[in-house]
Amino acid sequence: MPNTKIEITDLTKVFFKRSERVEALKDISLEIEDGEFVCILGPSGCGKTTLLRILADLETPSTGSFQIHPSSPDRPLQSMVFQERGVIPWMTVEENVAFGLKMRNVPRKISKERTQYYLEKVGLEKFAKLYPKELSGGMKQRVSIARAFANDPEILLMDEPFAALDEQNKFILQEELLNIWQETKKTVLFITHSIDEAMLLSDRILLMSAQPGQIVKEKNIKLPRPRTMEDVRSNEELAHEFVDIWQHLQTEVQGSRAK
Amino acid sequence: MEDQQINHSAIQVEKEEYKKQQRRDKLKQFLTISSPILVLILWEFLSRTGLIDHRFFPPPTLILSTLYQMGLSGELFNHIEVSLIRIICGFLLGVIPAICIGLLMGMYAPIRHFLSPLVMAFMPIPTLAMLPIILIIFGIGEFSKMVTIAISVFFPVVINTAAGVTNIDRIYVDVAKNYGANAKKFFFKIALPGSLPVMLEGIQMGQAIALLTIVAAEMIGANSGIGYVIWMNYKAFLLPQMYVGLVLISFFGYLFSLIIRGLQSKLIPWK
Repeated sequence: MPNTKIEITDLTKVFFKRSERVEALKDISLEIEDGEFVCILGPSGCGKTTLLRILADLETPSTGSFQIHPSSPDRPLQSMVFQERGVIPWMTVEENVAFGLKMRNVPRKISKERTQYYLEKVGLEKFAKLYPKELSGGMKQRVSIARAFANDPEILLMDEPFAALDEQNKFILQEELLNIWQETKKTVLFITHSIDEAMLLSDRILLMSAQPGQIVKEKNIKLPRPRTMEDVRSNEELAHEFVDIWQHLQTEVQGSRAK
Repeated sequence: MEDQQINHSAIQVEKEEYKKQQRRDKLKQFLTISSPILVLILWEFLSRTGLIDHRFFPPPTLILSTLYQMGLSGELFNHIEVSLIRIICGFLLGVIPAICIGLLMGMYAPIRHFLSPLVMAFMPIPTLAMLPIILIIFGIGEFSKMVTIAISVFFPVVINTAAGVTNIDRIYVDVAKNYGANAKKFFFKIALPGSLPVMLEGIQMGQAIALLTIVAAEMIGANSGIGYVIWMNYKAFLLPQMYVGLVLISFFGYLFSLIIRGLQSKLIPWK
């Protein structure tokens, strides 16, 4: 049996806004295996970002707990791939990619090597000395991905990293991400509202409902890797799944509107 | 063959457009230079022909030659030196604590809430109105002039620095936290560089205020400096000499803002 990497038990998060009470997450329990690529799919406002932010230590759960099982003591537990505007404008591309390593006081030589390696991986070695203002949206997102991978964490958290990109760039980056991921075999928790994206990337899709945010359905995507968008589109079974997920989201969105 | 023809004419069109653009840029440059020259010529003409009273508005050429003579005697440089020392020392005396306190206020909400009423209460008081108290506390020496400048520079810089830190996009704070930045690294990698653009705006403002303050302070309680030159020559009715003082202030004001603008592009190459 494969090792469990992330263990979430009865996680609940409630937000208070004046007298209003919003149950963002309710009794979330799940296990994610080592090396698994899991997508959380749900309508906007379903608390999926909150779940990710709790795992990223940027928010605390109201009740319940989670655990990330470490494999080595000198590895950070998690790193987040932020959206492209999370690239820090006053640091060069290189400094951005090395950010996590620098924060952890990784020796200069190793830090430099690893930064160089991931810069090449995402095709930005020529732009190492530039500031983000000179990059396109897709290139900035590559910086954000390289920064997370270079930090070599136990798990990677991704919060709709491609949401702001145009369709063409999105496809390219999704495939690049899969290439790097296949090489490192990291555990990934990826948030999206795009069904195509979820089916292309993940081993398992978790469907969430809105308010209270709960995991209502689970789907395993058994398409062999490496995958391409063409594979996903031409697969009969996945076409079926697409409709199923689509209907689920539809009722969720309408349900939350009716409230 | 025909293709080339089309290409050729397209280039021609763009070339014309480019030339037009260059001509427009030249015109703008010319307009920028022409306004001060025009005013000077008009002034010279009106003053020389007696259309305006040349005792109150001496012609610019006379002011220039007065500047030259005052420079020859060497006394002028003394006054300039005294004023510059006061401005630079006072400026640093105000800017350095303002940056430190501003950063602390920006980074730590309790400090911000504790200090901001004090800042708000003192800010609207013109520093010159506090001059009597400053003279009582610090005496009539050089130090009291530096303190006057320091106080006037302090407020715009402290407010802008604090605002610069609090306005840093939340996502960069999240990035730093997620990647495990400790307090010291957060300060040097996020808070300081992130607040720099707004902080420098404050310093630019402070620089202008420092110049205003020193001239006024030297008019009131000093026996040297550019402000003193203006005031004494006015009292002695030596108006060309007074105008020399005004020209000097204009010159140094421009020079300082150039220096700070240069500093801006050096310190924030990422903007």
